[in-house]
Amino acid sequence: MRKWLVGLAACCQVWLVGCSKDAAPAGDMKPADSAAAAASDMPKPAAAATTDTIKVGILHSLSGTMAISETSLRDVALMTIEEINAKGGLLGKKLEAVVVDPASNWPLFAEKARELLQKDKVAVVFGCWTSVSRKSVLPVFEELNGLLFYPVQYEGEESSYNVFYTGAAPNQQAIPAVEYLMGEKGGGAKRFELLGTDYVYPRTTNKILRYFLHSKGVSDDDIHEEYTPFGHNDYQTIVANIKKFAVGKRTAVISTINGDSNVPFYKELGNQGMKAADIPVVAFSVGEEELRGIDAKPLVGQLAAWNYFMSIDTPENKAFIAEWKAYVKAHNLTDGDKRVTNDPMEATYIGMHMWAQAVEQAGTTDVDAVRQAAGYQTFRSPSGFDITLDAKNHHLHKPVFIGEVQANGQFQIVWKTEGPIRAQAWSPFIPESSKKVADWTYPWVCGNCTEAKYPGVGAVANK
Amino acid sequence: MRRLGKPGTWSSRTGRRPAALRCLAAFAVSLAAVLLATVAARADASDYESALHSLAEPSPEEVSRGISGLGSSGDPRAMGVLQALRDGNLLVAEGGAIYLKDAGGALHDALSGAPSGPRAGRAPPVDNDVRRVLLPVLARLELRSPDRAVRLAANETLADRGNDGDAPVLRDALARETDKGVRAAIVSTLAELDLASTDPQRRLGAIDAIGASGSVRFRPVLSALVARHDDGSYSEPDPRVRSAADSVLHSLDRKQMAVDAIAGVLYGLSAGSILLLSALGLAITFGLMRVINMAHGEMLMLGAYATYCTQVFFAAHFPSLMSWYLLAAVPVALITCMAMGALLERTVIQFLYGRPLETLLATYGLSLLLIQLVRSIFGAQNVTVENPPWLAGGAELFEGVVIPYNRMAVVLFTIVVVAFVGYILRGTSLGLRVRAVTQNRPMAACMGISTRRVDTWTFALGSGVGGLGGVALAQLGNVGPEMGQSYIVDSFLVVVLGGVGKLMGSIIAAFGLGILNKVLEPFAGAVLGKIVVLMVVVLIIQKRPQGLFAQRTRGVEDA
Repeated sequence: MRKWLVGLAACCQVWLVGCSKDAAPAGDMKPADSAAAAASDMPKPAAAATTDTIKVGILHSLSGTMAISETSLRDVALMTIEEINAKGGLLGKKLEAVVVDPASNWPLFAEKARELLQKDKVAVVFGCWTSVSRKSVLPVFEELNGLLFYPVQYEGEESSYNVFYTGAAPNQQAIPAVEYLMGEKGGGAKRFELLGTDYVYPRTTNKILRYFLHSKGVSDDDIHEEYTPFGHNDYQTIVANIKKFAVGKRTAVISTINGDSNVPFYKELGNQGMKAADIPVVAFSVGEEELRGIDAKPLVGQLAAWNYFMSIDTPENKAFIAEWKAYVKAHNLTDGDKRVTNDPMEATYIGMHMWAQAVEQAGTTDVDAVRQAAGYQTFRSPSGFDITLDAKNHHLHKPVFIGEVQANGQFQIVWKTEGPIRAQAWSPFIPESSKKVADWTYPWVCGNCTEAKYPGVGAVANK
Repeated sequence: MRRLGKPGTWSSRTGRRPAALRCLAAFAVSLAAVLLATVAARADASDYESALHSLAEPSPEEVSRGISGLGSSGDPRAMGVLQALRDGNLLVAEGGAIYLKDAGGALHDALSGAPSGPRAGRAPPVDNDVRRVLLPVLARLELRSPDRAVRLAANETLADRGNDGDAPVLRDALARETDKGVRAAIVSTLAELDLASTDPQRRLGAIDAIGASGSVRFRPVLSALVARHDDGSYSEPDPRVRSAADSVLHSLDRKQMAVDAIAGVLYGLSAGSILLLSALGLAITFGLMRVINMAHGEMLMLGAYATYCTQVFFAAHFPSLMSWYLLAAVPVALITCMAMGALLERTVIQFLYGRPLETLLATYGLSLLLIQLVRSIFGAQNVTVENPPWLAGGAELFEGVVIPYNRMAVVLFTIVVVAFVGYILRGTSLGLRVRAVTQNRPMAACMGISTRRVDTWTFALGSGVGGLGGVALAQLGNVGPEMGQSYIVDSFLVVVLGGVGKLMGSIIAAFGLGILNKVLEPFAGAVLGKIVVLMVVVLIIQKRPQGLFAQRTRGVEDA
């Protein structure tokens, strides 16, 4: 009897491991996805390698602490693929999505990336949210010469030959937000609480912000950094301490908390009565999607800085939202009507279209050719601007918006730039980074150097 | 302009008379008189009206101007309008008319007060900039409110801003004020403003008032007074003021330390109650039954999902009782998790008693199974469990120490659950048998107790209590398939530290860990604080391997 039970337990384990490969809700699984999931466990038949589809890898956490943010990126990627296929696909072939779930587990990201590139032979990968996951897959993409479109705002200090960054660099999000808080309209903050999740993005962003605040004459006494682990859910002492820290000077909180920790954090803010008019909180990882899980009424007036808000009133955005709503309805995704659009979704959408344009221009999905073509693409984004992909530093030129949370979980835009601004991959505020250059065009051809690779020719430093 | 229309029609009628110079002059005089009268009659109302018109403008700057206008209009209706603006109860109709929403949701015209309303309207553009104008303006008006709490809050708002221009308004309010508490609050706000005065006598008086108020809010201001500049000179030139500030500062520092200590204990009690709720079920399944129950976290998760399902059910069928769904969720979670516990015990765990390693692996497998089951049913993403309205917000117990209602409720709930478990174990025949079986299984069996049935009931009870913990955790944290994983380690920590088999040990260990964690957190940070707590636990276990409270049994298994 006991042996039988142990055997049962073992069977369960195998079943579970198999299942966790494709934690996507069964409703929107494509046949291709399940094939891909199955393929990860057994060698792929040779015939599969010569199909007449172009494979596109989607590497987003569909479970774990980051699922709150990343699931909708998977959905919007599938939507964009459907849109491109509806127009006839690329180079006469249909796109085929290969969805994997790295389950908010950073080493698993690298394994899944390798699997996508080597086993599934995908032409391009759209994926990652946290910087730690991106750092985890970076060596894989560089080793196998893959192509990654990374759709989330991040800390900068990086430019890889194999990555296109369609989210914001710090000068396209964090720096303008802090300038806004220091300005008259933002409340003239003089003291700053830098609160984040404990990993590379918040720590690097806060390092840049600390240098930036120093350059604006804010002393170390008026800057307080605090970090919590991923998935932290007890913010009562932290919020109480922020209130204490804020006595005496106009104070603002800069939150780089990521994932589902934001729900208990904002709940605690509301319950302890910390009002945005007194101590505003500006968040860099909280958008419409994250607010969906919270009662937004106590949060009215809290800020977020992004390159896109669902409330932007342009015809392009209306079309984007309509397409999204129709997709959600057609595929009967969970939460239906309540689904929203947000910045990283827009960045995924832009990135995928730019890649598609580059493939058409190059006439092939070959990574080297597509990379050369991608650098000069422009695309009219849902935010209503002509967005350019910078051939030199592999980042997008993006407009910056600052929005205040409304009672319905949407954002009211209170400040924006006139137009797109160019990303600074290396922050000019960090002394050791300010000399570095990210330029993948001749004669520099590097993402992290202080002199050109081919110095003979009249090299012009371009940051 | 409608009112001005009347003289116009009158003039057109007079214009038809034979034109005589005197007549014309008389007409001109009377016209001027009428105009003047109209203007004078409108003078009081016009400030209010024009300010109200500004509120209907689309630009935030214009709204801010309207707010200031309302503040200085002296119109009694202004306060209601500004309160509605603050609370989001103000509606601008198509033509620019403004309507206020009352508590019942009915609309009233802001000008006439008549109960009417447009079909559609928009909210005025209120951003933080507008709110920063609105709050002090409204606070100045609210100092006259008949409601004591509103006056106190208004004074608090003005104190937070420390604007010198508010001093006359506050002095006025002080002269009118009869309530002792509000008077004291206003005096301390005025004192803060007086600190900036050029008259050393007034500064001294202000420091006395601050000392009397004993409010730790003034510590930064006072420490700025006694601080030296870089060149060695004091920022406060008068030595008398300095020494007075110094002594008040010392007493405030002592008070702050006391408040911090009490806050640490209160936060710790709250954190400890969460630890205890998550560990109590395990204290039964692992503590009493010695089942290394890795699936305990999933019982918490199932309890939380039971809460979610109850919420969904209430939203669909009894929307009017929505705010009380939580009460119904308690028995639902208890019964669901007891049933699941009984099922697991019958199908898997009963075959593995006395084999800790296999139990560990099997329960770990069960935990993965349950996670995947929930993920398949509800999806991988977190679900939203709403706080009922009576759990939103918090109470300020001390100056600066706010305890949210949901955390207070969890502390109370913990007490109830502990009492429930204590009653079952001490006051029922089931509890008697459970204790008999856990203390000496063969002897209990000899006495005619069906140990198998008792085992099932005990495991079900432990699981059910875990489910109750899940109900509480759903109010505080996230509810997702993996939520149990984040509590399982802490739960084992509590049970092992408290001493396996002793419920009292778990209770003391949970509150001890909670308070230690919360006292350490401000110094060490959340991450390092956890590490320090873990090290302390390791050291204690080194010294006392049986935990804080060792169980004395005659059981054969323990030999």
